[in-house]
Amino acid sequence: MTRANPPLSADTLPGPDLPVRGRRHPWRWIAGSLVLLLLALLVRAFAEGNIRWAIVGEFLTAPVIIKGFVWTLLITFAALALGVVLGFAFGMMRLSANPVLRFASWLYVWIFRGTPVLLQLLIWFNIALIFPTLYIPGVVDVKMVTVMTPFVAAVLGLGVNEGSYLTEVVRGGILSVDRGQVEAANTLGMTPGQTMRRIVLPQTMRLILPVLGNSAVGMLKFSSLAATIAMTEMLNAAQRIYFINGAVIELLFVCALWYLAGTTVLSIGQYYLEKHFGRSHGGRA
Amino acid sequence: MTAAQQPIIRAVGLRKAFGNLEVLKGIDLEVAQGEVLCILGPSGSGKSTLLRCINHLEVPYGGYVWVDGQIIGYDLQGGVLHELPVKRLRAQQSQLGMVFQHFNLFAHRTVLGNVIEGPMVVRGLSRPAATARAMDLLEMVGLADKAGSWPAQLSGGQKQRVAIARALAMEPQVMLFDEPTSALDPELVGEVLEVMRRLADTGTTMIIVTHEIGFARDVADRVVVMIDGEIRETGPARKVLANPADPRVRSFLGRVLAQPAEAKD
Ligand SMILES: Nc1ncnc2c1ncn2[C@@H]1O[C@H](COP(=O)(O)OP(=O)(O)OP(=O)(O)O)[C@@H](O)[C@H]1O
Ligand SMILES: [Mg+2]
Repeated sequence: MTRANPPLSADTLPGPDLPVRGRRHPWRWIAGSLVLLLLALLVRAFAEGNIRWAIVGEFLTAPVIIKGFVWTLLITFAALALGVVLGFAFGMMRLSANPVLRFASWLYVWIFRGTPVLLQLLIWFNIALIFPTLYIPGVVDVKMVTVMTPFVAAVLGLGVNEGSYLTEVVRGGILSVDRGQVEAANTLGMTPGQTMRRIVLPQTMRLILPVLGNSAVGMLKFSSLAATIAMTEMLNAAQRIYFINGAVIELLFVCALWYLAGTTVLSIGQYYLEKHFGRSHGGRA
Repeated sequence: MTAAQQPIIRAVGLRKAFGNLEVLKGIDLEVAQGEVLCILGPSGSGKSTLLRCINHLEVPYGGYVWVDGQIIGYDLQGGVLHELPVKRLRAQQSQLGMVFQHFNLFAHRTVLGNVIEGPMVVRGLSRPAATARAMDLLEMVGLADKAGSWPAQLSGGQKQRVAIARALAMEPQVMLFDEPTSALDPELVGEVLEVMRRLADTGTTMIIVTHEIGFARDVADRVVVMIDGEIRETGPARKVLANPADPRVRSFLGRVLAQPAEAKD
């Protein structure tokens, strides 16, 4: 060990009220400046590049784009809701005492997690080729093409796919809830349904919310896949415009800005939801 | 303390195995109304399993438990035990208040929320009615000021007292305790035993698995000693503790009583 100063003698120690000077961090300053410089260069590159920012500004609030974005949001929330419902249903089935239910849940996850979501979207959209009519005795009897609109196909495709991921998450969440609390609920006289609803699932929520937040953000972005099945969500709307006016990059940037706005809002919502469900554990999930 | 003679619980030939391991080898046990019974015995002797079979958290493969006119988990018809629907089983279980070694409080409910959960969900009490009664119980266990706290904010002793209040809220006929103080720091044991002592004084029927010999001696009307899945000794606390007949019980008690700091109050 190297020591810059001679040892301090116990007899000559100064009083307690000594000023303190902080450690220097030269590398932080150097690294920080470097990154700022690169950012500035990047901004300048984009400012001087072949992008007509005026067009970006103009289309940012164009009715067609806004309408597309509303569809994007609708797909996102409908698919997410469907995914959550399916995730909880199949997640609970996965842990059922009934082997048939367990198998059904396994099969669901196996199929929908094992194939690309884009492929699933296309199959839903073209499902009329397999089932020309949707016929449930006494309930509905219609032509499939009238039911399976691009919107419905998008929601089903994304939602069912999401559900297969959430099934695994819910299963893990349920398993992570302490068995002892379930036994305590049993001895209080709560039925399995009451125990699941009031004791297990609320605590599962705290654990799966972070995942759900990521799912929501992911879903907002994956909803752009619906552009491929002629759903006029935002990306599709933007494409239709730039096929005509040629402002490709500008319109893609418009989309990027809206997606960023959406994901930002979702992240903020996620923060507050996690805070709510984490309140029994010191305010944070 | 004198217990009324009327039996309220009777276990008849309880047998339980985990795989090849025979954990309960035909347990017969009777508890009278208002009686306080302590179950002692070495680790692994089957005490928890017995308690869990009594309230049907574990299903015995032989024998049954009778509580105040009913057989737990079954309907006896024509010499056959028909399994009850879950709802009726739960109704029976709610009459056997259980306090666990590790508290098992609902982590997402406040202290008050834990205590009103059963009365509201199972007995259908309104929130105000359940709350009023819950506050009385929290007062009784000395935690009225913690009603709004979360379980994670409580000490072990406080958690266990909440757990006792939660079980009492169902107004059970019998209270079962599975080593209620074993998970506690030594200085927190007293407050929980104190609450249990008061319960015993009010005539609550209690079956307590414990290692607190001092408590058993002071509070129990009767103790049973379990060894290897069998009840080897039963009788008044002082008699069994002072002068056990069975040699294995004597050696077990010798070991326990030899430990100096054992709750001598
Ligand atoms: N769910 C289970 N699966 C398998 N074996 C079990 C299970 N529960 C208990 N056992 C075994 O049964 C035996 C009796 O266990 P039990 O918990 O009833 O003992 P105990 O008397 O309560 O002991 P302790 O004083 O340590 O709590 C032990 O050998 C234990 O390993
Ligand atoms: Mg035990």
